[in-house]
Amino acid sequence: MFGLVDCNNFYASCERVFRPELEGRPVVVLSNNDGCVVARSQEAKALGLKMGVPYFQVKEEYERLGGVACSSNYELYGDMSRRVMWYLQQRAPAVEIYSIDEAFLDLHGMQRHFDLAGWASDVRGAVRQRTGIPVCVGVAPTKTLAKLANRLAKLANQMANSANPGSGVVVLDDEEQRREALAQVAVEDVWGVGYRSAAKLHTAGIRTAAQLAGVGDAWARKNLGGVVGARMLHELRGLPCSSVTVEDEARKSLCCSRSFGQVLTRMEDVAGAVATHATRAGEKLRAQVMAARLMTVFIETSRYGNTPPPYSFSAQLTLPTATDDTLVLAGWARRGLERLWRPGMRYVKAGIVLDGLERAGANQQAALFADVACSPERTKLMGALDALNKRYGGGAVRVGAAVKTAGQQEPWGMKRGAKSPAFTTKWGELWQVRC
Amino acid sequence: MDQVILLGKAYPLLSAHPLPMVSALLSCGFPSPAGDYELELVDLNRLMLRHPDASFLARAHGQSMTGAGIHDGDVLAVDRSMQAQDGDIVVACVEGEYTVKRLSQRVDSVALVAENPAYKPIVVRNADDLRIFGVVVLVLHPLVTEGRRGLSYVRPQ
Repeated sequence: MFGLVDCNNFYASCERVFRPELEGRPVVVLSNNDGCVVARSQEAKALGLKMGVPYFQVKEEYERLGGVACSSNYELYGDMSRRVMWYLQQRAPAVEIYSIDEAFLDLHGMQRHFDLAGWASDVRGAVRQRTGIPVCVGVAPTKTLAKLANRLAKLANQMANSANPGSGVVVLDDEEQRREALAQVAVEDVWGVGYRSAAKLHTAGIRTAAQLAGVGDAWARKNLGGVVGARMLHELRGLPCSSVTVEDEARKSLCCSRSFGQVLTRMEDVAGAVATHATRAGEKLRAQVMAARLMTVFIETSRYGNTPPPYSFSAQLTLPTATDDTLVLAGWARRGLERLWRPGMRYVKAGIVLDGLERAGANQQAALFADVACSPERTKLMGALDALNKRYGGGAVRVGAAVKTAGQQEPWGMKRGAKSPAFTTKWGELWQVRC
Repeated sequence: MDQVILLGKAYPLLSAHPLPMVSALLSCGFPSPAGDYELELVDLNRLMLRHPDASFLARAHGQSMTGAGIHDGDVLAVDRSMQAQDGDIVVACVEGEYTVKRLSQRVDSVALVAENPAYKPIVVRNADDLRIFGVVVLVLHPLVTEGRRGLSYVRPQ
């Protein structure tokens, strides 16, 4: 059996743990630069706020109704997620952290020793008690069905009232329960059914998960992405096709990018943002003991303004040797930016993507020309850089291009007007209580 | 015979902040004989907190708990995994705000009692109305005055 634990309205719930005044009120969390609604509490959903809606469109009415908006506080969400996942790892034999607020549990063999509904309910209560985060749990013979069970648990909880409180747990362990559950779920809500598949299925008259499970394998192979589609059907029928993967496989690429807090037109300002991303990318590489061989630098102009398309420009660079050196990365990023810079445009976003990642130090050929970036001194320098930034907070020591004169605001910095403090991760922003 | 089933691998608790502890006396003036000894790692999280991942640090503001050794500006460790019992110092939610008080459970009511005669207890008639965040398990109170030696142990810079 598999379990899926999914945190309810995760970002909004995190905001509430340390701010009890938000309890019972509509809470939304906004995307970077306070642009769009990316998370909603139950009360905000009940007001009809849609996911992804630009906040300025709904702000006035929403705040009049007593709603609260929070800028995204990823430090807090990351730490709360770590606590939830850590606890799940204590309880389940194997845990696959699927996203910041979701984890698959491998419950293989456990049904012989535990009543799984009781066990899941106990885990749910403990996560709530220990972290303050409400979760729902779905348990079923396959991952796809566990996802579906979780969805049903969420729906039941949303409909809950004092007469009929939702348990937050749905277990599908016999054939009849499975069939009943499938009949309740729309086909577009099945894990793995995308927009395009959903449209195809609707055209073919397939509306529910139950109907989907009854489709022939050949039809699925032809219309739902080959083997992937066939596997999804098997999983819906209760035959597991994928297991819980505990190890996070070494990643093949990484990306650092962010929208600016304001439109930028000067190359030096954008270069500062790019240098910041290169610095961050170097840190991430070193933390994973990886080195990169390919770099893509990209900048975007506003998609909505009156600038003509294309709105995105990118430059690919092949580095002479795989590197994890911040200064080398920043240098190449700068060259990439110079290559794709078009003056007179209004830029809103920049980023860099690193590909061709390999283990740092692996297959490094002896360089024909002495390469300063591979020297032991440089490795030590990078170690010292990471140690300083860890000790004094990210960005304490940076490359020159990413530094603004003291007192000046970074023009590429984010707008986060309503960010709650990093209650659990920053000494200076520690959670405050009265006594 | 009993059946044995392998459920999974046990992973050790990873610590975020290990501190080295030298297991021999230090001497000055000549090369340290401690250099040959293995360093043992002491983690304050593990030493001081029974449930590090269910514990949250908070900074206390106010004078109502001075009798319990909690002073304005001290840092508290609050354990959420423990069930609060009569006599525990807890962080509780009162009128939408968190406050630190001693929990006093009576037959017909629950009170949040201050440890300073200048403050009155807060009586909660219906125990179900009381939301407790967690139990205060530790107070970090600086004994070195800030600024005097350029040190700041628990106060923000």
